[in-house]
Amino acid sequence: MTGQTNPSSIETSTPTLTGAQSLVRALENVGVEVIFGIPGGAILPAYDPLFDSSIRHILVRHEQGAGHAAQGYASASGRVGVCMATSGPGATNLVTAIANAYMDSIPIVAITGQVSSNLIGTDGFQEADIRGITMPITKHSYLVTDASQIPRVIAEAFHIAGTGRPGPVLVDIAKDALQATTTFDWPNELALPGYRPTTHPHGKQVREAARLLIDAERPVLYVGGGVIKAEASAELLQLAETYGIPVVTTLMARGAFPDSHELHLGMPGMHGTVAAVSALQKSDLLVSLGARFDDRVTGNLDSFAPLAKVIHADIDPAEISKNRHADVPIVGDCREVISDLLVVLAALAEDGEKGDYAAWRQQMGAVKTKYPVGYDTPAEGLAPQTVIERLSAIAGPEAIYAAGVGQHQMWAAHYVDYERPRQWLNSGGAGTMGYAVPAAMGAQVADPDRVVWAIDGDGCFQMTNQELATCALEGIPIKVAVINNSSLGMVRQWQTLFYEGRYSNTDLNTGPESIGARRIPDFVKLADAYGCVGLRCDSVEDLDATIEKAMAITDRPVVIDFVVERDAMVWPMVAAGTSNDAIKIARDLAPEWENDDL
Amino acid sequence: MTTQHTLSVLVENTPGVLARVSSLFMRRGFNIESLAVGPTEIPEISRMTIVVNVDELPLEQVTKQLNKLVNVLKIVELDSGSAVERELMLIKVKTDPATRGQVLETVQLFRAKVVDVATDAVTIEATGDSGKLNAMLKVLEPFGIREIAQSGRVAIGRGARSITDRSLRAVPGTQAG
Repeated sequence: MTGQTNPSSIETSTPTLTGAQSLVRALENVGVEVIFGIPGGAILPAYDPLFDSSIRHILVRHEQGAGHAAQGYASASGRVGVCMATSGPGATNLVTAIANAYMDSIPIVAITGQVSSNLIGTDGFQEADIRGITMPITKHSYLVTDASQIPRVIAEAFHIAGTGRPGPVLVDIAKDALQATTTFDWPNELALPGYRPTTHPHGKQVREAARLLIDAERPVLYVGGGVIKAEASAELLQLAETYGIPVVTTLMARGAFPDSHELHLGMPGMHGTVAAVSALQKSDLLVSLGARFDDRVTGNLDSFAPLAKVIHADIDPAEISKNRHADVPIVGDCREVISDLLVVLAALAEDGEKGDYAAWRQQMGAVKTKYPVGYDTPAEGLAPQTVIERLSAIAGPEAIYAAGVGQHQMWAAHYVDYERPRQWLNSGGAGTMGYAVPAAMGAQVADPDRVVWAIDGDGCFQMTNQELATCALEGIPIKVAVINNSSLGMVRQWQTLFYEGRYSNTDLNTGPESIGARRIPDFVKLADAYGCVGLRCDSVEDLDATIEKAMAITDRPVVIDFVVERDAMVWPMVAAGTSNDAIKIARDLAPEWENDDL
Repeated sequence: MTTQHTLSVLVENTPGVLARVSSLFMRRGFNIESLAVGPTEIPEISRMTIVVNVDELPLEQVTKQLNKLVNVLKIVELDSGSAVERELMLIKVKTDPATRGQVLETVQLFRAKVVDVATDAVTIEATGDSGKLNAMLKVLEPFGIREIAQSGRVAIGRGARSITDRSLRAVPGTQAG
């Protein structure tokens, strides 16, 4: 990532070159290794020097795939991901991916061609005001019409995308700026007077946080995606273990703290574990680290964690007290916040001041034991949860898992064992169906030595599976587990629960004839058509063998059509808009709080 | 109950900055009462005076979100007690020989001035805070108001300090922690 000062070893000025050459050179200067994109008229000049560059360009099949691949790359590696598209529809096809990156704070730079500057505003061919369109979903954006500005803009864009709270930055470059003759002036310093993210926490706030922790009886570390972005997992582990504080990890933070750890109570929220949800509800102190009190975590805000004081640490001051009042706000990078907190707590502990949470740990440990996530094995057919459990057991925590959005995403969040950060990629905030395949592709490019599994639904898979062609041709051997219940499963679940089982427009017909479906498309044939290996599994007896067969294939992408039982539902569940206290572990079944003296 | 707040926002004088600010207000669901933009003593910096009707908490959210815009340099809330606030209004009023004298008298009383005269109308230029301008409009109404053009509010803190001074308090919350 670009620092505030750029390496002086880089040659800063040359006589003349084109704007396009200047762009490619600037991208090389900031250390770009790979770009996911598709050329077109307005961006065409940039593709000529790119042909000779050390940067690898991966030709995707749809711009949305380029955007999600850049995100997968960024989320797996921590580096800034790059996608490229032409003007008009090329650029607007990136919009979903940009919105997704904005919601999940993923550092990407999207480079788009724009019509020539004399045509801007005339409704020219393939003209779209992509900067205007993406204004509410970008961290920052540029329109470049002067070729001499290209190096400065690229340097700034990468700095802004990758620092502070990461996010998407759009760089829209007019075609005539790419064609113009210019000079290459690399900025030695970035002049961004309005951009100074606070990374170092205020000492007084940290001391107040430590004081609250010592006085608390039922604290919970409420961990969000910020901990992964700040690379703060080691510090988090130290904090939790040294003081014995229970941990919950949000959907964006799965892997930030090992699932196998006894202090880990699981994922909170609408589909959270009973232990995680009730720990937040009964806590007297939430220590929120890089989380944002999203409505999917809090449920009805007025009844969320009613007894708790809140320490809220986040690098983005606008997140603090946005949804829930923070008693102690701390603006800063999570790693620095936790490190400073550890120093203060250690000093206090030396003076004999230390919280005692043993009773609380025991209580929550009992809830965790009593209410593990679980499911009923169906009399017939394959349970989707079993598929994911076995996948996790066989591929292990060193693999990367990228999910789409819906039931399979929630099952993947629960039934894959997450032991390390960046093991889990998903679309949390935006809930973008179609994220999994291209994100897995980007992750595989970032980390070629790891096994990368896309865990996808039959609905999601049909939104972006054309990137299998990209994967097959570019030697990106991802593995796709399609959890095929022949329907838009999560919507169907809501129709079951809240619409009297009226399944309006949720039947996708991707299942077998035995359930009256028409198997359109046949995912095995589709995989074959794309030059991938297609496998199918519809019984628990073949499950391990099928997964192992896929694991053994390393030269091509593999798609497994897991034909699963379609009535499986995601539990636990807190119905939208209701209190977390109303959590259900199965239909009409609430946890028993008979020994509830909390 | 919402209250009116006047924000002075220093921004980099770059293309699109007005769109960013107004788009942010729209997206976050805040209504702008009035907006005035102009240059400052520093050529690279423009000043926006934004009047919003919000409670204290949403105001904090507005300023925090505004602060995240890369082109926004500084936000200061000015309260009417310690700031001078002005709006400019141009008012075209119907007159005839019988009423012209009364209209001109009103203009004098409110320390406004006549900037254009026709046989059957005068155009008045008035500056002041919104209270004064509304009072004047009320008096002129019976004569027949044909047209009004009004500027957004501009405001500046009283005393010697400048908004670019570090000592001037930024809006609470923006520097939390």
